[in-house]
Order: sequence, then C-alpha cells, then structure tokens
Amino acid sequence: MTKAYFGRRSMFSASHRLHADALTPAQNLAAYGKCNNPHGHGHNYIVEVLVAGPVEPSTGMVVDLVALDEVMQKKVVDRFDHTNLNLDPLFANCVPTTENLCRAILELLQNSIPSGQLEYVRVEETENNFFQCFKEGVQFTGGRRGF
Amino acid sequence: MIYLTRRATFSASHYYWNESWTPEKNQQVFGRCSNRNGHGHNYTLEVTVAGEPDPTTGFVVDLKGLKAIIEERVLAAWDHRHLNLEVPEFAASKRVPTTENMAISAWERLQPAIEASHGARLTCVRIYETPEIFAEYRGGK
Repeated sequence: MTKAYFGRRSMFSASHRLHADALTPAQNLAAYGKCNNPHGHGHNYIVEVLVAGPVEPSTGMVVDLVALDEVMQKKVVDRFDHTNLNLDPLFANCVPTTENLCRAILELLQNSIPSGQLEYVRVEETENNFFQCFKEGVQFTGGRRGF
Repeated sequence: MIYLTRRATFSASHYYWNESWTPEKNQQVFGRCSNRNGHGHNYTLEVTVAGEPDPTTGFVVDLKGLKAIIEERVLAAWDHRHLNLEVPEFAASKRVPTTENMAISAWERLQPAIEASHGARLTCVRIYETPEIFAEYRGGK
C-alpha cells in the first residue's frame, strides 16, 4: 500500500501567563516581556496534526476523519478550550509556552490516533508564530512570519 | 538544498463510493461524502520541489515553467470537473477520489514533467480540501 499523509487542523481558545517560578520578577520580565503580565492573556490556538500511514485501498484513506476528529476533540479541544493553561496539571511544573503546549499535545495524541502514526503536531499561537513537534524525540521548528 | 513551493487552486466535485460495497456500508464508512449527487470543494494544491539554485539564474526551478506544468497536467484535467465522472484515474480505475488519492494522482501527473524539464526533484504534493483538511504524498511506497 502507498504511504501518504493526512492533515487536520482544529482550534481552541485559552489563556496563559509565561512565568517561571525559578526566576526573579526581573528575570521573568526580561525573559517573557508582556507575556509575563500578571493576569495572563489568551490566544486562539490552531492545532495541526499530520498522520502518516498506508492509504487503505478500499477507502482511499490514511485515517478516518470522523474518528480522528473525535480523538482531537476529546484529548485536546475539550481539555484546553476556554481554560487557563497554567492551571492544567500538565503545566504544574513547566511554563505553558507554545513549545511545551505543542509537546504536551503530541504526547496526548500519539497513542490514540485511529490508524497510521502521528508525524507531527504543529501549534500556531498567532498568525505569526508557530511551533512543530515531531514524533522522533522532541524537535522544534519554530516559525515566525514577518510582514 | 532549497525547497520551493508553488501553490495553485482549483474547484471540483466528487463523492466517495466503493462499488464493491453495499450502499449501507458506503454510507456507514463515508457518511455524507457518499451522497450520490456529489459535492464540491475549492482545493489548494501545493507542489514542492527541491534542488540547488542555478549559479547563473539563482533559480531552483523556473517558476513559469512549473506553473505551466501544474496548469497543463493537473488544473486542465481537474478544475471545474466531476472527479468521479470525468477524470480517468478516478473514473476508470474506481480509485476513490479522497484527498489522499488526489495527492498521489497529482504526483503521478506532475512528476515526469517536472523531472524532465527542470532538473529539480519533486519532493511533496499537498492538497487542501478545505483550509482545515489536507493530504500529502512524498513519493514512493
């Protein structure tokens, strides 16, 4: 069977504050700038997943879209949408940067993909910055579009 | 190595149907995509080629030439067509025109012409069925 890739994008809205307890207030401000403002702020996050696998000849599909949607909804959107990321147990000991969020989403999804294998998770924090986390260990491709 | 991507758009209609299955099974597996009167999308095709920039022109590939290949090989056959009824790789072979199979078919249509005329290597074909759904083929098995 021929190997191909299927991609799906979904969105959730959440708030966060970038603040590391190990740093002083001045260091936090230097590291995170306005993302360190005390009351937090929010984003519309776009999560893109790419699933790799053989194209099943009878269906022409790598993965069933409806089943993939259910997994993304249950594991990611229901968990994070309209929440404060800092309060999620996943971020009890790490800062909810989009890098860490991207890795957390990869780990939440990787054993639940209905068929095929999770190739990457990409999280777009705004239109101008995004991060990708690949299945092979943790590698980030941070991107920033300039206009 | 530089990767260069050219984007093109087209519109087409299709339905998902496996003739060896009962109508009930088609409905169960493909849901509303199996409605026999079909439906359509505005597709976006992204064609990525890889190569070293030519020392004289600085081009990995002549974009006008790449555009012409995409238009001749894919858009002329697919744009404003019903994929199941009018496009041979789906009509004759009964290959289901899913986004995955469209990415594979677009590759098969483009690859010989790209490699023959430009020297750059086709590395990826990505097709967006909607802004939120896409499939990709990178060649091989």
